[in-house]
Amino acid sequence: MIKTDALIIGAGPTGLFTAHQLKIIGLNCEIVDNLDKAGGQCIELYPDKPIYDIPAIPECTGEELTKNLLDQLKPFNISFHLGERVDELKKNESNWEVKTNKGKAFLTPNVIIAGGVGSFEPRKFSLKECEKFEDKTIFYSIKNKKIFEGKTVSIFGGGDSALDWAVELAKNSKVNLIHRRDEFRGAQATLDKVHELKKSGKIELFTKYQLKTVKGNGNLESIDIEHENKEIKKLETDYVLGFFGLIMKLGPIANWGLNLNKKTVDVDTEKFETNQKGIYAIGDICNYPGKLKLILSGFHEGALAARACFKLARPNEKYRFEFTTSSKKIKERLGVKGD
Amino acid sequence: MTKIIYVEHNGNSHTVDVENGLSVMEGAVQNNIPGIDGDCGGGMSCATCHVYVKEEWFDKLEKKLDGEEDMLDQAYEPKKNSRLSCQLTVSDELEGLIVNMPEKQV
Repeated sequence: MIKTDALIIGAGPTGLFTAHQLKIIGLNCEIVDNLDKAGGQCIELYPDKPIYDIPAIPECTGEELTKNLLDQLKPFNISFHLGERVDELKKNESNWEVKTNKGKAFLTPNVIIAGGVGSFEPRKFSLKECEKFEDKTIFYSIKNKKIFEGKTVSIFGGGDSALDWAVELAKNSKVNLIHRRDEFRGAQATLDKVHELKKSGKIELFTKYQLKTVKGNGNLESIDIEHENKEIKKLETDYVLGFFGLIMKLGPIANWGLNLNKKTVDVDTEKFETNQKGIYAIGDICNYPGKLKLILSGFHEGALAARACFKLARPNEKYRFEFTTSSKKIKERLGVKGD
Repeated sequence: MTKIIYVEHNGNSHTVDVENGLSVMEGAVQNNIPGIDGDCGGGMSCATCHVYVKEEWFDKLEKKLDGEEDMLDQAYEPKKNSRLSCQLTVSDELEGLIVNMPEKQV
C-alpha cells in the first residue's frame, strides 16, 4: 500500500496545480487519472483551442497550458498513476483507503477529487446487442492489432482515430470505413491517404451510414448498416471497431457517500471539503454558491484545499503561511537558490 | 421571454419561458429539465445537450458553426435533425420551439 499525505484524483489543470500547492507547503502527494496522459479536458477535449482567461497568460491552448503546469511541477518528484480509475474509497481509522481498478492501493488522510465531470470513457454503440460482442469482436480501442491480420474489419467514426486505424489496418486487413455523414474531421493528410486506399480497393467507404444490427453467434458474422435514406446494406465482417470519442461519466464517485448535486459534489468554501472529513472536491466537479466553472477557480480551490490537507497530514505541526518570493524553506523545496 | 417546449424521450413535455439571449441548453438546465446535461457548460466541447429539432423549425435556427457537426459525431444516436442545444440562442423567432431529446446523453 502506498502511503501519502494527499491523493489527487484527476490530472487536469486543477489537479496539477494542487499538486504544486501541496509540494510547496511540504506535503507529498500522488495523482491518479483514468486517461493515459495528464491534462484532463484541456488535453482531451480542446488541445488546440486557445484559452483566453488564464490570469497573466493572454492566450494559450489546452496543450500549452498542460505543458506549462507540468513544467511547474518539475522541481518536485510526483508519482502519476495514469490509465487507472479510482474505484473504491474506504475509511480506515483516521485515513482513507483508496483502491484503483488496476488493484493499486493508497493510504492517505486526504483525498482531493479534481475529477472534472467524471472520468473519460469511450462512447459505445447505442445498439444493445453490441454488448455481448464487446472486447471479443467489437472494440473501442486497440491493444493488439495482430488479431486483425487477414480479417475483415469494419471501422465506425469520422475522426482521427477512425481514419488512422483505417489506414493502418488496411495494410493487412480488408477495411470498411463507415461514417454517419460525408465529411470527416481528421487530418487532411490521413484523409487523402484514405481516399488513395479507397481507389486501390484497400478500403471501402460508406458515408451517411450508421450501424443498424449486428449478427452472429459468439463470433460476429455480419452487420447491417443503414443509410440516411433508410437503405440497408449487409456487410460480412469479422471485427467491428467504434471510434466515437470519449464521454465523461461520474462513475464510482457517485458511490462514496458524498453529497451530490446533479453531477457535482457539494463543498464548503473554506477548505473545499465535502460532507466527509478529509475528502475535498475542487475544479469543475465541486459545487457551492456562486461556483464558476473556470480553470482559475480550480486553482484557487486547490490552493485552499492543500492548506486544509496540512492539518490532517501533520496534526502536530502548525502551518505557517509563506510567500514563494521570500521563504527559504519553499526555495529549498523548489531547488532554487535563496538570496 | 420565449416559450420553449422540451420533450423527453418518454414523451413527457415541459413548456417553459426562457429569457431571450440564453441558449436552449441553459433554459433546460436552469429549469431543471431532465434529459439535457450540458456538461461542458455550453462550449461545444461535449455532446450532452443533444436534441432533435423538427424539420419545420430546422431552417429557422442559427446555422451550425464549424465544430458542432464534429461534436454531434460523438453524440448518442445522432440524426439528420440533430443539434447541440447550447448553440441555439433563444429569441422571439423561436417562440414555441419544440426540441425532442434523445434516449440519453451519454
